[in-house]
Amino acid sequence: MTALISIFLVAVLSENYVLSKFLGICPFLGVSKKLDTALGMSFAVIFVIVVATAVTYPIHTYILVPNGLDYLQTLLFILIIAALVQLVEIVLKKYMPKLYQSLGIYLPLITTNCAVLGVAILVTQRTSESYGYLHALVNALGAGAGYLVAMFLFSGVRERIEQSDVPEFLKGMPITLIGAAIVALSFLGFQGIA
Amino acid sequence: MAKTSLTHEFTKGILKENPVLCLLLGTCPTLAVTTSASNAVGMGVAATLVLASSNAVISLLRKAIPDSVRIPAYITVIAGFVTIVQLLIKAYLPAVDESLGIFLPLIVVNCIMLGRAEMFANKNSILPSILDGLGMGVGFTAALLCMGIVRELFGTGNVFGNTLLPESIFTPITIFILPAGGFFVFGMLIALANRLQKGRLRGKDFGCENCAMASACQKSGNCKEGAEAV
Repeated sequence: MTALISIFLVAVLSENYVLSKFLGICPFLGVSKKLDTALGMSFAVIFVIVVATAVTYPIHTYILVPNGLDYLQTLLFILIIAALVQLVEIVLKKYMPKLYQSLGIYLPLITTNCAVLGVAILVTQRTSESYGYLHALVNALGAGAGYLVAMFLFSGVRERIEQSDVPEFLKGMPITLIGAAIVALSFLGFQGIA
Repeated sequence: MAKTSLTHEFTKGILKENPVLCLLLGTCPTLAVTTSASNAVGMGVAATLVLASSNAVISLLRKAIPDSVRIPAYITVIAGFVTIVQLLIKAYLPAVDESLGIFLPLIVVNCIMLGRAEMFANKNSILPSILDGLGMGVGFTAALLCMGIVRELFGTGNVFGNTLLPESIFTPITIFILPAGGFFVFGMLIALANRLQKGRLRGKDFGCENCAMASACQKSGNCKEGAEAV
């Protein structure tokens, strides 16, 4: 149990997938302009990361590795994720229209979010004996939660940047990136945890 | 096709439409692998190989791929080439494989690949598509190299592993090779590109027009307020 909690906390804070591993930067910079869209995107990411890991991890461990097919990992994972996102979209549309309305618009864009593929590949690379399916799932959940935390904090920073007087040559993207640098710097403080 | 326009397809990616600095595509690897100049070159060359070959194949198949499934089809082609490049690098350059790590397979979801397939290769014949891929790849490599050199020089005092600033005169600023430094150097580099282009980019933001998925998501009527800038 402690191991699970520590995996979760490490994934959320000290090894935040966005701010210290640079996964999923495009949507991190793209949709963080407003708080509500940032939150919508993050929840969609959490959902897809967990579902994608839940499906790809057993496929990798029980089908690819025993048959010596692990070189197909990249190809297979991205196809599984793309198909899965489609499936989730169809199911949500039919059975949970409320949820679809709030997450639906983000789903097609998540296929190419490298955080999803990145987490799915990274968990298969942990080779220690004690690292099982449950650990992989908790790690995926932590990665998603870390995404949420980063998006939430950064959209707050950006709303403040919008209102401030920025030097002409830094307007637009440069100041956004420098803001991200400072948020990433603050996450360095978590480095000592776990 | 006239020779001049073929040259243009190649050179536009290097400066005028540099995928990283002007189109703002592929930010993840730009930030992650540029902790040293040699990593930057490794990533750039791998991406260039994938870009040129996937552009070629997609351009050849552009009439065979039905419009409705083109995005999955492109992803499959790209993933195939990424696997080839990944296996080649693992076999012949294990050190590069080690340092690029997860970002090698993640070339699959790099928006530059999908973006060029969607914006260029599916509309043009094979030769311009290959040149476009090569040019974009060289532009990507050049931008990564700039980042890599700056970060490695200030972060460690070395460039390509050779000491340029010995520790007796310069204390390395470790923050440059940490994630925060990546964001900072990238921001400054864009500000510089902005200045050199005489403000043509000013105020431009991470918007739909640059997104590889734009045409797909606008077509399905999904490009509402929320998704406007992914």
